[in-house]
Amino acid sequence: MSKAILLDFTKCIGCRACEKACAEEHRLPDDPPTDKLNYKNYTVVLQRGNQYFRKMCMHCQTPVCVSVCPVAALEKTSDGPVIYYPDKCMGCRYCMMACPFQIPKYEWEKPVPVIRKCIMCNKRVAEGLETACAWVCPTAATRFGDREKLIQIAERRFATFPGKYVEYLYGKNEVGGTSVIMLSGIPFEEMGFRMDLGTTALPELTWTVMSKIPNVVMTGGILLGGISWIIHRRMQIDQEAHSHDKDHGNGKGGGK
Amino acid sequence: MNAVLTAVRHEIDGMNWKRKAAWVVVIFLLLQGLFLTGKRFIFGLGAVTNLTDEFPWGMWISFDVVGGVALAAGGFTLCFLVYVIGYHKFHDIVRPTVLTAFLGYVLVAVGLLYDLGKYYNVWHPMIMWNPHSVMFEVAWCVMLYLTVLFLEFVPVVLEKFKLVKPLKTLQKFTIPLVIAGVLLSTLHQSSLGSVFLIVPEKLHPLWYTPILPLLFFLSAVVVGPAMVIVESELSARVFRRGLELNILSELAKYLQVALFVYVGLKIQDFFVRKVVDQVFTMHYESLFMLLELGLLVGAMVILAFPKMRTNSRGLFWAGSLVVIGILLNRFNVSWIGMQRGSGATYMPALSEIGVSLFLVTAGALVFYFVCRFFPIFPAISEEDTERIESLKSRKEKRLSAQVVK
Repeated sequence: MSKAILLDFTKCIGCRACEKACAEEHRLPDDPPTDKLNYKNYTVVLQRGNQYFRKMCMHCQTPVCVSVCPVAALEKTSDGPVIYYPDKCMGCRYCMMACPFQIPKYEWEKPVPVIRKCIMCNKRVAEGLETACAWVCPTAATRFGDREKLIQIAERRFATFPGKYVEYLYGKNEVGGTSVIMLSGIPFEEMGFRMDLGTTALPELTWTVMSKIPNVVMTGGILLGGISWIIHRRMQIDQEAHSHDKDHGNGKGGGK
Repeated sequence: MNAVLTAVRHEIDGMNWKRKAAWVVVIFLLLQGLFLTGKRFIFGLGAVTNLTDEFPWGMWISFDVVGGVALAAGGFTLCFLVYVIGYHKFHDIVRPTVLTAFLGYVLVAVGLLYDLGKYYNVWHPMIMWNPHSVMFEVAWCVMLYLTVLFLEFVPVVLEKFKLVKPLKTLQKFTIPLVIAGVLLSTLHQSSLGSVFLIVPEKLHPLWYTPILPLLFFLSAVVVGPAMVIVESELSARVFRRGLELNILSELAKYLQVALFVYVGLKIQDFFVRKVVDQVFTMHYESLFMLLELGLLVGAMVILAFPKMRTNSRGLFWAGSLVVIGILLNRFNVSWIGMQRGSGATYMPALSEIGVSLFLVTAGALVFYFVCRFFPIFPAISEEDTERIESLKSRKEKRLSAQVVK
């Protein structure tokens, strides 16, 4: 059963306990910016109108970052978190480039930088605990649990509190579904969440091309080999015929 | 040591002021590059680049890697024409082209080291596999193709040192090597386009198309011969040697066909995806797209005149337009077209440009010295000698005219 986080922004009171718990859990620097994500924080609480909301890694069901990483430094565990192995990473930043939510951040100022992003407290989750942010949240605005159950809970709230929510469960289907799903009282665009991401898992876009490669190599190799053999054989025959004729013209050759 | 110094002094004495000035520029570019290299590796990417979390790929990816790989495509296109389909007319320019391709890919690899945060892990794709990653495939193809280009170039060195036996062995493998090279190039040239298939939400619809891999491959086939033409012209000037004009005109015909196919497909793709109106909105992206197309169409117009096609200046112009046009295409896909979707604007820092210039200069310099000490260019033919003579006499006339004034 894959785990997930349900964020109900209407319940968030902006106490930032999640930020602090996260920083402690992952030994993050003391001086993170509070207005945006960067390498010093894994999550940030922001405000739009009179609603607070959180930004963090969405832990996609079929993560783009995992699919694009040339050295498999990112991994989607069976529990749900998308985790990162800094020792494998070579720093190409294709994950940053490809992430539709622009989540992975980089330590630009360090001589040997690594990628930083929320890893959904994968150690805690493996031990059967909640994530630090969900555990600390006083209003259950951040809730941890099985993805299927959380989706049910979320969708029931639409019916229970009519008019309270924009009736859209963000992350249920975005880019094939994410392990962080969100409820909001104001439209998601207003908080900077993209509504145009579609529901297909993005890795399929490149996999349709990538999966053809063995075929291209085989067919191409045989084709090129064959063409070259035929042409060279013909030239050889041509040359032999010429040397029998003894009156071959020089220079001009084929063409005109 | 003394002998070297004497030789260098002799060399400098023999230069005119233009060459001396060129060397001063070269040395300046090298020194600033070394300085920036130190800065990059001691203080990190943030110290020398304008890259941000929102825009993590900049000039070094756009120009050094994505652009560089395209410009080095002459190697596989020409080797295909000469060795696979036996078009031996181009045989004489294979060596300089293979050398350029080899150096080009070495530069791509070195440029990548500047860009990679953990450059010392660059070999990781060899053991840490992720066959789903386009970048993984590109990494493997580039590694293998570098090896192929090395083996294609080595005969020149063996020949110089008269190592007949390994030379003969290697020559037996010429055609399999070339075929491997063509396949690897086909794969990674197209894959550099596939790299951007994963960002439909970021890349502008003018450039984002499912046929990006095909367009990248075709444009590599286009820019390869154009680059050969431009290079031949430049090296003819630098080495004061004759130009293989008839070969280049022949190559230009081939370039023309490739251009028609590529531009035609690109325009057809606009219609298929129904973005034709977006080409003419005259917004930021539309202007860059029009410029990109305009440069290629300009080259096509020049090449349409047989007179221009057989004339060194016409060829040079057409070739340059194509090179700039395709380079701009790579910039557009990896940079210009990515900005709006990423919600960020990016301009390379001076130091980023400095590093790129340093790499190009270093590459050109290695090319220069390899050409001087190894048999790269064919021996000068009779008509070429005539051409040089006529050039010399023209110059003398001009000089004497100045004296008269």
